Amino acid sequence: MPIMNALVDIVGADRVSDDPAELFIYSRDSGAQPPGRADYVVLPKTAEEISRILVLANREKVPVTPVGAGLTLSGIVVPERGGIVLDMKRMDRILEVDEINRYAVIEAGVSQGALREYLKKHHPRFQHSTPEAPPTATVTANALIHGHGHISPRYGINSDMIAGMEVVLPTGEITRIGACALGGKWFSRGPLPDLAGLFVGWYGTTGIVTKISLKLFPKPEFRQVIVFQTDDIDLLPEAIAEIMYLDMAEDFFLIMQEKPDWMNHCFLVVILSGHFEEELALKKEAYQRLLSNFKGGNRISFVANLHPALEKRFLDVPPLAALAADFRKGGGFQYTGAILPIDQVPAAWRRGIEIAHKHGMVCSYVHQVLLGNSIMFGFNYSFNRGDEADIERARLALAESNRTALELGGMIWKGEKPAQQMVLAKMEPHTAQFIRRVQEFLDPNRIMNPGKWEVP
Amino acid sequence: MEHEEILHRCFRCGFCKLPSDYGSLNCPAYLKYRFESFSPGGRMWLTRAWLNGEVQTDARLQEVFFSCATCGNCVEHCIFDKFRESILEAFIAAKAEMVNRGTVPPPVRDYLTRLLAHGNPYKMPQKKRGQWAWELGVPCYTADAEYLFYVGDVGSFDGRGMEMARSVARLLLKLGVSFGILGENEGSDGNDARALGELELFEHLAKRNIETFRRAGVEKIVTLSPHGYNAIKNDYPRWGGNFTVRHYTHLLDEILPAAGDFGRAGAESVRRAVFHDPCYLGRHNKEYDAARHILDRLPGIERVEMPRNRADSLCCGGGGGNFFTDLVCSGPDTSAAARVVEAADTGAQLLVTACPICTVMLEDAVKSKNLEQRLQVRELSDLVLECMAG
Repeated sequence: MPIMNALVDIVGADRVSDDPAELFIYSRDSGAQPPGRADYVVLPKTAEEISRILVLANREKVPVTPVGAGLTLSGIVVPERGGIVLDMKRMDRILEVDEINRYAVIEAGVSQGALREYLKKHHPRFQHSTPEAPPTATVTANALIHGHGHISPRYGINSDMIAGMEVVLPTGEITRIGACALGGKWFSRGPLPDLAGLFVGWYGTTGIVTKISLKLFPKPEFRQVIVFQTDDIDLLPEAIAEIMYLDMAEDFFLIMQEKPDWMNHCFLVVILSGHFEEELALKKEAYQRLLSNFKGGNRISFVANLHPALEKRFLDVPPLAALAADFRKGGGFQYTGAILPIDQVPAAWRRGIEIAHKHGMVCSYVHQVLLGNSIMFGFNYSFNRGDEADIERARLALAESNRTALELGGMIWKGEKPAQQMVLAKMEPHTAQFIRRVQEFLDPNRIMNPGKWEVP
Repeated sequence: MEHEEILHRCFRCGFCKLPSDYGSLNCPAYLKYRFESFSPGGRMWLTRAWLNGEVQTDARLQEVFFSCATCGNCVEHCIFDKFRESILEAFIAAKAEMVNRGTVPPPVRDYLTRLLAHGNPYKMPQKKRGQWAWELGVPCYTADAEYLFYVGDVGSFDGRGMEMARSVARLLLKLGVSFGILGENEGSDGNDARALGELELFEHLAKRNIETFRRAGVEKIVTLSPHGYNAIKNDYPRWGGNFTVRHYTHLLDEILPAAGDFGRAGAESVRRAVFHDPCYLGRHNKEYDAARHILDRLPGIERVEMPRNRADSLCCGGGGGNFFTDLVCSGPDTSAAARVVEAADTGAQLLVTACPICTVMLEDAVKSKNLEQRLQVRELSDLVLECMAG
């Protein structure tokens, strides 16, 4: 039976397409990477359908690439070698919210916006960690790519918040990870051998996650943005460390834009929250005291009159980050999300400005501190999607900032294929081979999103 | 193609698919198909690819273009201020390009052909345009009348639409409004021809109406349909058609008695009602209050809101010519079906609207979702008449 017919047999004619319109859309994303190639697009609704599709794909040796909202900007779920794209967004049910044990079980296609609104309506005392991505981004894919959200500086990155999973293995078996594998509640993924690590950060090369349990967190009633400013970037590592040591921040960014002039400083943006107004006031007072006394005082100043647009940008959950990303008004954006040790911030800061200027760009930074151990340092490139030369400039700049991230001892978050190759080339060889062996073990026909995390 | 210069600027971030709370899907075409190609962003990218020769015209691409219900949700919710103003116009321009190339889906072709040949999509003779009013004693418009009651295609020829036209006319008569109709001299407003990209036909229809209105001495127009209201208000001035035009809800809001003067103040039972904002009244013309003001003064009616209301309203799916072409109106995942479920979930017994297209679409959806026992679709003037009669 032709593959198209077999897919129709599994999901029905309305949820599969091999028309050029769908193949065009699903073979590219909004970043600077060149398009790939898809042969079929399928909208599965159940793990069982996915299981049958994977059995078919193994039989036919056809690649399979799962995609959420496709918003990574780095083409990690753009199919390289044709085959079947599984758009997971039809799996959009919120299955359970357990307030006492603080988790939500959701299907893989549930969007950030849908979960946020559901919690707001039915469980208003709880929240999930919401990334800076548009609200159409899927919760599961974001967690699987080591995404981070608006409470990550306090509670950790979103992949650490996964409390259980349902995964369809490349060979079609439907498995469960965590307490749910024992038939109980989806409240924790340990203490068991932590199989979740086989699927987090692998870009769909080891299986298709169809459900996750996500930890929920208290949602304090009061929130406030406080901002500090300095032009001495060498102060930043210690300042970050002290702010995190005080351990009262909900969220924490460093931002800078070369234009307009008033933004051409280093701003330390701390988002505070509290269950009571007094709690919030206390936290604000604590941070003001901390930074006014920092290094003997007068090194970092408090921004008393915060621009309302800036305040809104950091209080909105999710923020309209795409607006800031389009500072070139060209409909294109990609960045190196460098996960750096905090002590490397000054070096990265200087290098990022050099790279932007070298490629004729204005530098614009938004970096998020993640707990006290690392920072997501964004080397941001906005480009004109209607101008191939401009897109190529962005690619060259990305390559440089990727190299910089690695030279500074960091890693590259959701890097595009050249970034993945760069990481693998630098990786200790046995570790790289270990990755390959895991992929070969789980996916003997190498059908899963081939080309990604591809060890030579 | 007009607006071609903006196409590359779409990020496909997807705000355009959502209402302002981000909690559901608010684009009728995307809601039905769920392939990204049918989202506004997908349509934007495909239009660019089509113009660049990266994808070719085929039935699916036609479906992508013409399934847009022109509801305006994308314009309302896109976060890029200047860009968003041109989104819908770019989609209409893409359809116009397809029309110019003679490559439109068969249902669209048939609709436009009927409209061109018969002056209406129902293939009805022009002399029957005023037939809906024959039994009512509605006067023909003369220059002595204050208002022309412009009815449009659906109100003139669709069974349910004609009921609505009669209902509004009865109400206007009852309230002593000075008005008349053009009957067989009325022409199609052309709003949906424009939405389908047949810009020349639209211009032809608009100019013909403008000429007819002028010859009759029309200065003030009250319309049955938000679609006709939109065309006359926003497009006819381009060709010198400057009339004072109002949708019937605006007029009723102004002249209906106050809440306490309806004569049935002590209604025995209270019915809960939600108002469905027609896109061409709401998002396209930012007019959300008149119908609600009217509902609020009706005895025995308790107005509540659906989660998606006003600028967040979920389109019935019938706009952009889809009422006639049926591209997004069938199947299990239509926006009309989602809408009636949303209405029923509020506990409302009445789903009230003020557009003949919405009324038909939502009534069909109530049947398809087996909600007849819980929810009744009511056109606003009909409900007002009932309350006044009580």
